[in-house]
Amino acid sequence: MDFTLASFVNALILGLSIGSIFLVAALGLTIIYGTAGVINMAHGEFIMLGAYASYTLQNYLGVPFFLCIPLSFVVVALIGLVIERLLIRYLYDRPLDTLLATWGVSLVLMQGVRLIFGSDPKYIQMPSFLSTNIAAGPISVSIFRVFIFLVGIGLVAAVWWLFYKTEFGIKLRAVTQNKEMAASFGINSGQVYALTFALGAGLAGIAGSLFGVLNIVLPTMGMGYVVEAFLIVVTGGGALLGSILASGVTGEAQSIFAYIFNDTFAQFLVFVLIVIFLRFRPQGLIATGGARR
Amino acid sequence: MAIDRRRFLKNSALAAGAIAAPHVWIPGVREAGAASLVEGEPIKVGILFSLTGSLAVPEEDSALVMQYAIDEMNEAGGINGQPIEPIIIDAKSDFKVYSEKARELILRDKVISIFGCYTSASRKAILPIVMQQESLLFYPTCYEGAECTQNTVCTGPLANQHSKDLIPYMVEQFGPRVFFVGSNYVWPKESNKNAKIWLEEAGGELLGEEYVPLGSSEFGPVLNKIRAAKPDFIFSTVVGASDIAFHRQFKQAGFSADSMPIASLTTGEIETKAMGAEYGAGHFLSAPYFQALKNPTNEKFVEGFLSSKYGKNGTTHYNMEETYTSAYVFKGALEKAIAEHGVGDVTSRRVRDAAAGVKVSADVSPEGEIWIDENNFNTWLVPKIGQCQPDGSFKIVKEAPEHVAPDPYSIYPDIGVCTAEGLKTPDGNIRKDVI
Repeated sequence: MDFTLASFVNALILGLSIGSIFLVAALGLTIIYGTAGVINMAHGEFIMLGAYASYTLQNYLGVPFFLCIPLSFVVVALIGLVIERLLIRYLYDRPLDTLLATWGVSLVLMQGVRLIFGSDPKYIQMPSFLSTNIAAGPISVSIFRVFIFLVGIGLVAAVWWLFYKTEFGIKLRAVTQNKEMAASFGINSGQVYALTFALGAGLAGIAGSLFGVLNIVLPTMGMGYVVEAFLIVVTGGGALLGSILASGVTGEAQSIFAYIFNDTFAQFLVFVLIVIFLRFRPQGLIATGGARR
Repeated sequence: MAIDRRRFLKNSALAAGAIAAPHVWIPGVREAGAASLVEGEPIKVGILFSLTGSLAVPEEDSALVMQYAIDEMNEAGGINGQPIEPIIIDAKSDFKVYSEKARELILRDKVISIFGCYTSASRKAILPIVMQQESLLFYPTCYEGAECTQNTVCTGPLANQHSKDLIPYMVEQFGPRVFFVGSNYVWPKESNKNAKIWLEEAGGELLGEEYVPLGSSEFGPVLNKIRAAKPDFIFSTVVGASDIAFHRQFKQAGFSADSMPIASLTTGEIETKAMGAEYGAGHFLSAPYFQALKNPTNEKFVEGFLSSKYGKNGTTHYNMEETYTSAYVFKGALEKAIAEHGVGDVTSRRVRDAAAGVKVSADVSPEGEIWIDENNFNTWLVPKIGQCQPDGSFKIVKEAPEHVAPDPYSIYPDIGVCTAEGLKTPDGNIRKDVI
């Protein structure tokens, strides 16, 4: 393919968009892994639940799409809270067991949704002005991708505010750095973990309602996203800023490699580069401080 | 315990035997051997589709329609007065499971035939055991051809019955400049090899050829390349969930079916319903069957299936119809085999041989009369082109004037010609079991 400036700029813009999709998918996982140290294999299924929550709200209750997004957050956060209280809280000291347990949770959620909704794909409608593009000469970008990008920025800002500007954030960072020390200052670490897990699940719910529109709503839809999300979190090192950088870099790399070569080779190349990177910097881009369990 | 020489030799011989004949590893299987029928007892058939996983979208419906067809036949008295007993297996979208379960169906359950598989990868996974045991596979969907086995019957279109009409039609209607997009596995690549030949014949120009990983949902880079290339139409062999993402992102990127339609080999009623009709409207599909076909048999089939307990998904689809007709090809072939050999001597291989020339008449087959080729055991059918309407149904815009013969080696004349006994190579040899 011939190289032109316009198509290269298009590839750069698309890279930002792919990066923002990665980030939205990984944000919930970053928070859960970065603070509570839980390797949440059910993250993809939380995304899937978000999509089904939006589908149910829209189809059975007639809720408009923009309202479905925050409501999906609430629904999936509540489900996450229940799972944390019933299961995860017994496993905080056993990180490898959380891996197995959450994998089991993911299977239960997937089959449960299949039993309730069936395995045929569902359809979420969105306002028609989102399903077109904006163009300036040869430069073009789809409005829905811009929308996801803006939602991504909004979510990052909200999480940053929560972590660094609120009392809950101070407690949360204290618990992350040293659970026992924080507890000795009267912080209820169990409660902090529960709320954090719910928050992470809720963020996955928002991702689900967006991805359900971009792609497809299926019981198995989360399986692809969980791989991307883990890639971002591990490359980023578990911190919020690390995930932002990692998703930006991988998104651009994916887009530019796909522009130069093709999609399949781009994916291969990105994975290989990440493996090489982690060989030399296993702690990721930005290593979180504090005690690792 | 010391291992003496004799014991060592004995154990080695056993191990070697086990490796040479892997079927003895299956618990509960004592002896291999072809299935045969017993007068008055149920006729066992295997139904092997993915009911879960990424391939469940088209395959689960095939499993349902197969059960519908069997119920219909059993109500009408079965075959030779014997009821048909389906053994339904979930292959879980996993090629390992396909081959394991096919082995169980053949060796343990002793089914007379397996109906199943959707992707070429799963077909190629189970064919070795099917051929080794002289069993029988009814493969009810489109595929790329270039196979010649003595143990398969296919009721879907081959490449020469699929894209050969579609490409010239699109060139004539929209212009010569084409962009190919496909999922990255064997069927799209082979289909595109065929399509390139038809494109050249039609005087078209190939601007680009892109493959996305199977199951991928990111079409941004491909759509950017399409934007830069400015084709007149797109030829798509993207399958499954990716196909839905592709159509959605196509519209979201500002493209329109009016100025740049997608001509697909896979985007039928199920996919259109899943993506939302506004994303599918205006695009084209080549298939032998559409739900909107106007004939009494199809109306009866659509109404009967949708009101049955299997019709909860609300649509019929070319893939489902090809599965439905495969059940009736099986019935015709089995009746012929029983008449020729008697019930006790019917084997899977004899059913396959009897399928040669079996017709499914227009009052049974919803797509109209079809019959099985006597040499390569694929199907003579009438290819049609449909355009998706704003309500998600398809309008037939072109129909071949007569039945088109299946030709599995149409672009590989140097390899040979498929005959009932095997692939006849140009030097006159017969090669069996070519996959």
